[in-house]
Amino acid sequence: MATGDVNQGSQDDDVLNEAANWLKEGKQVALATVVSSWGSSPRPPGSQLAVSEDSTFVGSVSGGCIEGAVVTEALEVMKSGNPKILEYGVTNELAWEVGLACGGQVKVFVEALQE
Amino acid sequence: MKTAILDQILQDQEAKTPVALATELATGDQALIYYDSAKGDLANKPGILEAARRAIQDDKTGTVTIDNGEVFFQTFNPPLRMLIVGAVHIAQPLSRMASVVGYDVTVVDPRQSFASPERFPGIALNHEWPDDGLRELDIDRRTAIVTLTHDPKLDDPALGVAIRSEAFYIGALGSRGTHAGRVERLKGEGFTETEISRINGPVGLNIGAISPAEIAVSILGEVTDWLHAKEKKAAA
Repeated sequence: MATGDVNQGSQDDDVLNEAANWLKEGKQVALATVVSSWGSSPRPPGSQLAVSEDSTFVGSVSGGCIEGAVVTEALEVMKSGNPKILEYGVTNELAWEVGLACGGQVKVFVEALQE
Repeated sequence: MKTAILDQILQDQEAKTPVALATELATGDQALIYYDSAKGDLANKPGILEAARRAIQDDKTGTVTIDNGEVFFQTFNPPLRMLIVGAVHIAQPLSRMASVVGYDVTVVDPRQSFASPERFPGIALNHEWPDDGLRELDIDRRTAIVTLTHDPKLDDPALGVAIRSEAFYIGALGSRGTHAGRVERLKGEGFTETEISRINGPVGLNIGAISPAEIAVSILGEVTDWLHAKEKKAAA
């Protein structure tokens, strides 16, 4: 087994509880989780963001730079039901590209909650 | 993620059962893995159990490569704990702040008028004599201990238990003079210098804290420093 980057467990209990509450209310919910990060990315692996079908979200996967883009992707994943991996790096080539101002890189796994 | 998996994680957290969620990133297949069992689509994948157990043991969350495929392990260990000895004024903001930061807090003080639910709403209280109280609370390496009474008859027995435990942080309120006296007393009781040197005294980071809430901030800052010191050294 090769080791990837690891980090001291960091849990966002409230995020999962809120996701469960939304499900109880009959809403569709997607979960975004940081699975790896490099450089000065502010949130370690395991950091989570839950998104409901009405675009309400709780938690974070960065310092606020990519949450907007991740929410949009999460709404797509909710519709398709297929999980997705998103990668974000530094904003450089394209000024309008969504990126991390901190100079870090982050990989985010997005999945829908389903029966 | 199946809703059954989410519900199970929340139940395990409530029951304080350590569990790791394994996700195969290419497929999204998942499994919940415990020390002695596993359930879910991924449960039978070779190598998964060993990797997950290691993640639980080390409290690590991250991605590992198994058979050329990336598997993400997220550990859900029971929360960190903070045991506060002395239900004094500082303990009130400290217990609340530490709860917000994610600690499961217990305040230990045999004086029931100090350690009352009115003064500590929602916080677990233990009314045993501090050494007995701490022993009951099964200190582990995810536990921080702070003594705040600065009364030797309450703090010293607690510190005696603390410095021979696995606690990752031990702090004791009191001035330099108070602390020097405490060190001498503990030496007299046969504790070694190595054991005694585990005590952070005066407690907290030196940030000029004055009010009880500010002192709580300085203590919580120092506890956080100790919690992540290992990581910082590894990164340096």
